[in-house]
Amino acid sequence: MASRPTITVEGLGKTFPGARGGSATTVFSDIYFGVEEGEFVCLIGHSGCGKTTLLNILAGLDKPTAGGVIVEGAEVIGPSLDRAVIFQGHALMPWLTVMGNIAFAARSRYPGKTKAEIAAHCQKYIDLVHLTGSEQKKPSELSGGMKQRVGIARAFAVEPRILLMDEPFSALDALTRGSLQDELTTICRETHQTSFMITHDIDEAILLADKIILMTNGPEAKVCEIVINTLPSDRTRADLHHHANYYPIRNHLLEFLVNRSKHFKDEISAATYDPRRPPMTRPAAVPVPPPRVAATP
Amino acid sequence: MLTSLHARGALLSIAIFVVFIGIWHIAVTAGGGPAGLAVDPEYAKLVGAAAAVGQKTPFPTPGEVGLKLWSQISDPFYVRGTNDMGIGIQLGYSILRVLMGFLLAAAVAIPLGFLIGMSPVFYRALDPFIQVLKPISPLAWMPLALYTIKDSQVSSIFVIFICSVWPMLINTAFGVSAVRREWINVAKTLEVGTIRTALHVILPAAAPTIMTGMRISIGIAWLVIVAAEMLVGGTGIGYFVWNEWNNLSLSSVITAILFIGLVGMVLDLMLAYAAKLVSYVE
Repeated sequence: MASRPTITVEGLGKTFPGARGGSATTVFSDIYFGVEEGEFVCLIGHSGCGKTTLLNILAGLDKPTAGGVIVEGAEVIGPSLDRAVIFQGHALMPWLTVMGNIAFAARSRYPGKTKAEIAAHCQKYIDLVHLTGSEQKKPSELSGGMKQRVGIARAFAVEPRILLMDEPFSALDALTRGSLQDELTTICRETHQTSFMITHDIDEAILLADKIILMTNGPEAKVCEIVINTLPSDRTRADLHHHANYYPIRNHLLEFLVNRSKHFKDEISAATYDPRRPPMTRPAAVPVPPPRVAATP
Repeated sequence: MLTSLHARGALLSIAIFVVFIGIWHIAVTAGGGPAGLAVDPEYAKLVGAAAAVGQKTPFPTPGEVGLKLWSQISDPFYVRGTNDMGIGIQLGYSILRVLMGFLLAAAVAIPLGFLIGMSPVFYRALDPFIQVLKPISPLAWMPLALYTIKDSQVSSIFVIFICSVWPMLINTAFGVSAVRREWINVAKTLEVGTIRTALHVILPAAAPTIMTGMRISIGIAWLVIVAAEMLVGGTGIGYFVWNEWNNLSLSSVITAILFIGLVGMVLDLMLAYAAKLVSYVE
């Protein structure tokens, strides 16, 4: 790994003060990981492990109580146009049209551009997410999937260095989610967009991510391990499950979510766990048929 | 089906109106006219026919009120002296005062409401004052206003100001503080400045709530102006009502009440229309 990571998360921790003098809650602590240039990283964990808080800290919307985030050599101290966020709820402004919502973002990035230039710029991204013809519609006239498409177009319209996504497709039905995942894959691969996404959908992570960070349950959540995606980089949603490495990686993630995420504290005490260097695994098909039950820890 | 619903509603409205007028007419005429007492016509003209024979002034019949209404509508803008002006002029004075007081209040309440809504410190600092000042009847301010301003016209505008400022202030503060967190976060991640966030995110997001406050305010202002003008006198529909009471012209009082209702309705409809313009569907 010669290239310096675009995002470096070092010793990140977040503690919320207890209500009315109660004991404070540490949501997560000692979080270390990096995101390389052009890499797509997913973070998987159960609800309540502070995933959204972590993303908000990366975005600069929230402040950590320990450690810090370094993006391209500078510490994150606040939000930046270089780090676009696609929010869980689409977060579109209902009084603006599709064009208006995207133009609001584009104008913030390019205040010098004329109205016509902004419109042309926005049109490019509206076409990219296949919303051509809906430019003048209000968000209330769009379906859930179309709204999130606007959210994606808005994020890309500022041409960010890093794209941050907080479970962007979790509110959508399975079919819509699938087609939006396909589109996002295409756009991110074409533009080599450095991306960080929070999800709890295993297949979404396998399809999109080069690297999957597994986070244990909160409170005191930690990075359990980092799974390197062993599938070919040109994988598509349609042929994903035909690949030999698909089930090993899927089972590994599932095993983590179902069992290991709860009992990880025992793993820490047992093994030589170093939060600065969480173990990396590359689940892959073995030559001999795999045992039906995963190996005991 | 919808048109027939409209038609049936309208028909019922007319029926209720006719029944109401009918009962009114019967109730007024049933008492019977005064006996034929010989009265000096000069004296009767001066104090009214009923008073001349020592009776109460009879309540006007719907017909008499209708005639009065017609004469007022056909010549609404005459001026024949300080105590004899057309109903249009009197209503005009009142509307002008209400609008001036209301706009002044909006100019103060909306920016101040923004401040309170955006800053928890200001909210805590100003909340006790608002809570104490809000329930005060606006007319209670009148003596102080008259003493300090020394002008009855400006004082009535001040009273309108003070009564319409609270609903707008409270609604603006509430609307601003209740703006969805995620819209603010969108603006933050786009590095949008405070002024642009306030004008392009918070204002449109809070506009429906602010408009509700304005609608409540204009309603209260229109209620209060009648009382205020009764108190300060001179001009305006409130003064007109009081003046006509002193003249014992009950039909004029009734028509004035009708006009007050109509103008109030129009003011409310105008703000309802404006509210529709800034509303949005989530």
